[in-house]
Amino acid sequence: MSDEVAIHASGLTRTFGAFTAVDHISFDVGAGEVFGFLGANGAGKTTAIRMLTGLLAPSAGEATVAGHDVYRETEAIKRDIGYMSQRFSLYDDLTVRENIRLYGGIYDLTDATIRERTQRILSRLGLQHVENTLVHAIPLGWKQKLALSVALLHEPRIVFLDEPTSGVDPITRRQFWELIYEASHGGTTVLVTTHYMDEAEYCDRVSIMVAGRIAAIGTPAELERTHGVESIDELFVQLARNDPNARGAAGGGGAAA
Amino acid sequence: MSALWGLLRKEMLHILRDRRTLVVLILMPIVEVLLFGFSIRTDVTDVRLAIVDPAPDAATLALRNRFAAGALFHTVAVLSRHDDLEPMFQTDAIQLAVEFPPNFARTLARGGAAQVHVITDATEPNSGTARQNYVAAVIDAYQQSLPAPTGSVRIVPSVRARFNPTLASSNLFVPGLLAFVLNIIAALMTALSLTREKETGTMEALLVSPLRPWQIIVGKVAPYLAIGFIGVLAVLVEASVVFHVPIRGSVTLLLAEGTLFILVALSIGILVSARTSSQRVAMMGAMLGTMLPTQMLSGFIFPIESMPRVLQWITLIVPARWFVTIARGIMLKGVGIGYLATETLVLAVMALVLLVASTRSFSVRLE
Repeated sequence: MSDEVAIHASGLTRTFGAFTAVDHISFDVGAGEVFGFLGANGAGKTTAIRMLTGLLAPSAGEATVAGHDVYRETEAIKRDIGYMSQRFSLYDDLTVRENIRLYGGIYDLTDATIRERTQRILSRLGLQHVENTLVHAIPLGWKQKLALSVALLHEPRIVFLDEPTSGVDPITRRQFWELIYEASHGGTTVLVTTHYMDEAEYCDRVSIMVAGRIAAIGTPAELERTHGVESIDELFVQLARNDPNARGAAGGGGAAA
Repeated sequence: MSALWGLLRKEMLHILRDRRTLVVLILMPIVEVLLFGFSIRTDVTDVRLAIVDPAPDAATLALRNRFAAGALFHTVAVLSRHDDLEPMFQTDAIQLAVEFPPNFARTLARGGAAQVHVITDATEPNSGTARQNYVAAVIDAYQQSLPAPTGSVRIVPSVRARFNPTLASSNLFVPGLLAFVLNIIAALMTALSLTREKETGTMEALLVSPLRPWQIIVGKVAPYLAIGFIGVLAVLVEASVVFHVPIRGSVTLLLAEGTLFILVALSIGILVSARTSSQRVAMMGAMLGTMLPTQMLSGFIFPIESMPRVLQWITLIVPARWFVTIARGIMLKGVGIGYLATETLVLAVMALVLLVASTRSFSVRLE
């Protein structure tokens, strides 16, 4: 982890009418860091990510991503980031190879680079035998690993992963996290949202969002110590109980199990 | 540029791999032309006819012969009692009955009004009217062949039959059908393919990529522009080969106007998709927004002149109304751009406004 700041947010806010989805959040993510964005469904994680990726204009506050301003320099941001949404971003009716090729083209990679990286991805994931298979015919776990590799295809400085592991079995989740670590060792900053609390322990630092605010932020060990809890899961349930909107509390606790 | 090329290739792959939709897109215009060509016809043939003639005389026999002579009528039964007709109508054994009163010839000879009862199965009103007209025409012809001693020979109030040949109805529907097909391909398919990407979540991946909004739009809609263009060509070729519909004016002009109309339809498709993220809603939106007005308010099937005043005003904002006028002008009247300047201008302004609005609505989503 270097001292360089990859993502900086200060007082970042987004309202939808009278509803404040993200309420003055401030944090910094260092380059190469794996930063966990935790929170129950509806806590504002996805809205925050959409602002940082340039999909949604903030209502107030400031933020820079890879040094670019989220209000004025969204085009520059887009070139420097990778993104994988909850519903992975692959085309079901294209083959594995065609999907990689499409995204390579979208990010302006040369044909030679695309070919080389396609080989690398296929052999890293062990998907050579299905390279010409339509994506809808391969198992969910493979799809998700492939979607992550495609999000990293253009070697972005920062990658945003929005609940990338939801609905995946534990073994695939482990493999998925190995891929995340590989990217991080390669210097890519990773911002990942999840509601699996065991995954929080894999992150360098985590922030826990409750009702649009950051209720806690720090390394997992730090947080457990300062809040006097055994695990992030326990802390999460504790914080979620205090949520005035309380709607997410039960769901968050359940999802953490 | 290679990014755009990649998008276009991907969209073509989507279209080619979705076999069922592709077949529908290609076959639909061809089948529609056949369906409309053979079904929107007000002329009927081989009418099953019953004659009720309780007291045959010279005049009724002469008329009966005239009915039997042509290919139009097929005399199924000659009855003496009116009451026997009902069951035959009910079982569909006959579609038409002509009933002569007794003393028909005598009444005629005296110069009085000889009544003939013409009864038709009007479950389908249009065919019913057509049959009545045919009967009237036969009677009219007979009447004219009679020596007219008194000058006022009247059998029935004569209804002039307009024999509407196949050609006339095809000529009428082909320009409207062009608009219809283009709406389905350009507006509906564009709206569906854009909302599908929203449903599957791939649209977000495109939006966070360095692709510009115009690249995404062009990449998505250009293939449908091409398919729409092929659809127009297919309809025109089929209409001229099968139904001998003429294209009296410039084909180039017609295709250019067609492209203008495709742009309008594509923009509507993009606008619809910007308002919804579900394919089902998009489909309903595209149907209500384009296909329904095209069918009802373009003059394609129902003449605009006979609509209530308010509806006539509404037709002014229906793009298909202008395109149908243009297409009819070029195909049937053979007029050039000079006579279609107003219509072309209206269509061009619509295309411009809608294109700007749709591109903006798409960019707003990036906010």
